[in-house]
Amino acid sequence: MNRRDLLKNLLIIPPGIFLGGLFTKILSLLKKTPLGKISLESIYEKYNPHEHYYAMGIDIDKCIGCGRCVEACKIENNVPQEPFFFRTWVERYVITVDGETKVDSPEGGIHGFPETLTEKEILRTFFVPKLCNHCDNPPCVQVCPVGATYKSIDGAVLVDKDYCIGCRYCIQACPYGARYLHPETHTADKCTFCYHRIVKGLQPACVEVCPTGARIFGEVKPRNNPLARFVRFNKIGVLKPYLNTDPKVYYANLDKEVT
Amino acid sequence: MEKSFERLAISLKEVAGFIYPNEIELHWSILIVVYPYITGLVAGAFILASLERVFNVKEVEPTYRLSLLTALAFLIVAPLPLVAHLGHPERAFEIFLTPNFRSAMAMFGFVYAWYLLVVLLVELWFEYRKDIVVWSKKEKGLKRIIYLVLTLGASDLSEKSLRFDKKAGKIITIIGVPSAFLLHGYVGFIFGSVKANPWWSSVLMPVVFLFSAIVSGIALMILLYMVITLFRKKPIEMSCIDKLASFLLYAMILDFSLENLDFIHRIYESEESIKILYQLLISKLFISMVVIQILLGTIVPMVLLAWTKLGHLPDELRRLIYFCSAILTLIGIFSIRWNVVIGGQLFSKSLRGLTTYKMELLGIEGLLVALFFLVLPFIILYILVALFPPWKEAEVKLET
Repeated sequence: MNRRDLLKNLLIIPPGIFLGGLFTKILSLLKKTPLGKISLESIYEKYNPHEHYYAMGIDIDKCIGCGRCVEACKIENNVPQEPFFFRTWVERYVITVDGETKVDSPEGGIHGFPETLTEKEILRTFFVPKLCNHCDNPPCVQVCPVGATYKSIDGAVLVDKDYCIGCRYCIQACPYGARYLHPETHTADKCTFCYHRIVKGLQPACVEVCPTGARIFGEVKPRNNPLARFVRFNKIGVLKPYLNTDPKVYYANLDKEVT
Repeated sequence: MEKSFERLAISLKEVAGFIYPNEIELHWSILIVVYPYITGLVAGAFILASLERVFNVKEVEPTYRLSLLTALAFLIVAPLPLVAHLGHPERAFEIFLTPNFRSAMAMFGFVYAWYLLVVLLVELWFEYRKDIVVWSKKEKGLKRIIYLVLTLGASDLSEKSLRFDKKAGKIITIIGVPSAFLLHGYVGFIFGSVKANPWWSSVLMPVVFLFSAIVSGIALMILLYMVITLFRKKPIEMSCIDKLASFLLYAMILDFSLENLDFIHRIYESEESIKILYQLLISKLFISMVVIQILLGTIVPMVLLAWTKLGHLPDELRRLIYFCSAILTLIGIFSIRWNVVIGGQLFSKSLRGLTTYKMELLGIEGLLVALFFLVLPFIILYILVALFPPWKEAEVKLET
């Protein structure tokens, strides 16, 4: 090999390796996606996401802080039992007559709440269930560098755990603290509205178990469904509206203290 | 995993006020502090080098080649802490393959590749080509092969081709300055564009990042130049470090003014986050921000440097002051990065409570790994300097 050949090889080999790697990567991606095997039409026959647009309503006055929703969510979605990871949790607000607000959520409220211990006279107190707001303008989706978190056609914000690189930018970008890094998969995780259930026409686990019906799940658009009725007959607030995230978890009787 | 749960359980006990339950785990660790620190040094060193080229500041010439090599050494290390911090480092390449173009972070790979491949390597190549060609003929063994490969077959040393090298180098420097601005301004944008976080969300963030980068780059070059010259047993050119120190002072004044503008703006606007940010400042960040960043890292070196400008101090005292100011400044800029990255995660987005950061010592996101990433550029620089001596005496003089 003379010098000219050596130089030629040096110029050709590295890009060759890069392109080869790229090609095998694309091949493996094509193999991985289920769409390669099943056609879109056959999926749509059973469930057509274009026909749905989901949201949730929460009536704060109905929540009793029992924490069954938190427990059901953890069981249904394999959320780690440790009290640092939640897809949904319940907060308790205690506002005293002198205007002081105390908030707590012991273990996300999964075991309910201990008795309120305050010397001061209480003005009002209430529970606020929290979860991913499935924003219409989701900052988490905007920041994901690889598009692993995305807004589905039917309005749920989802994470592809086989694609997430675990950079945690989405966790930083979520104003509601709704995301966490799953300690086993090392990928971002969050509420999916129990997507695996709702595509079968079932209710999300938290809605299913709520003993007082404080959580209402349904569609945004059609008038003849529970959520549409809930939104029509209540004064609705959303969390941090000034951030322009357009949350799709609608709260009835939301207090100004709730952040 | 058990261990990390134990750490989280301790953090949980130290929470003051209320934080969202998912916020107990702090997601961007010391590695993400190191990353903007290193890219800042890259951008700063490069911008300093460009001064000589674009604005013909002759005094800083002794640091020109050294600055470029320093920028390269740090740039090679810059992505490592990022990749090490990922939950799935093996998927890092997806950023290139399927980037989400709306994501600020997705652009990292492209900005980085542009800066490394188009700006820095090409500029260094044109700068060193003449020397590499000569060395490839003079040296023996492995070194000869390395130089031979690096000539890329362009061994023409005619006057015309050397003139072309100079011209090409200048053009790339002119492209390089905005690129260096882009590289680090962009890192600032990653933080400044997070509207969920009032500590980060500021339009000034990229600008402050940029000027603090320039400050840190100049400080690093003062330090490196002084230490290396000392080890080479050569005299330090006072005109060079005097000039560098002046630049450092001017850059610091600009940087400090911008930071104060940000500070005053926040207090004056007094948005809903102001109470918790005040709590943050006077409790969790008091040492790292008020004492280290502002007092020791900014005001003390600024006063010292201003003193050297106003008073007629002997050379030795000036050298001592420059040396100390450079070290203090480098520590100060590191604490800026710390206060941005870690500070921004110590308060709850509910604005009702503060949490703590429990740094690991040994883990992948621990202190030792962070220190390793901070030392590694110097090892790379040592090798680069051995291969491409940046001193004037080593530069090949051609007989024409």
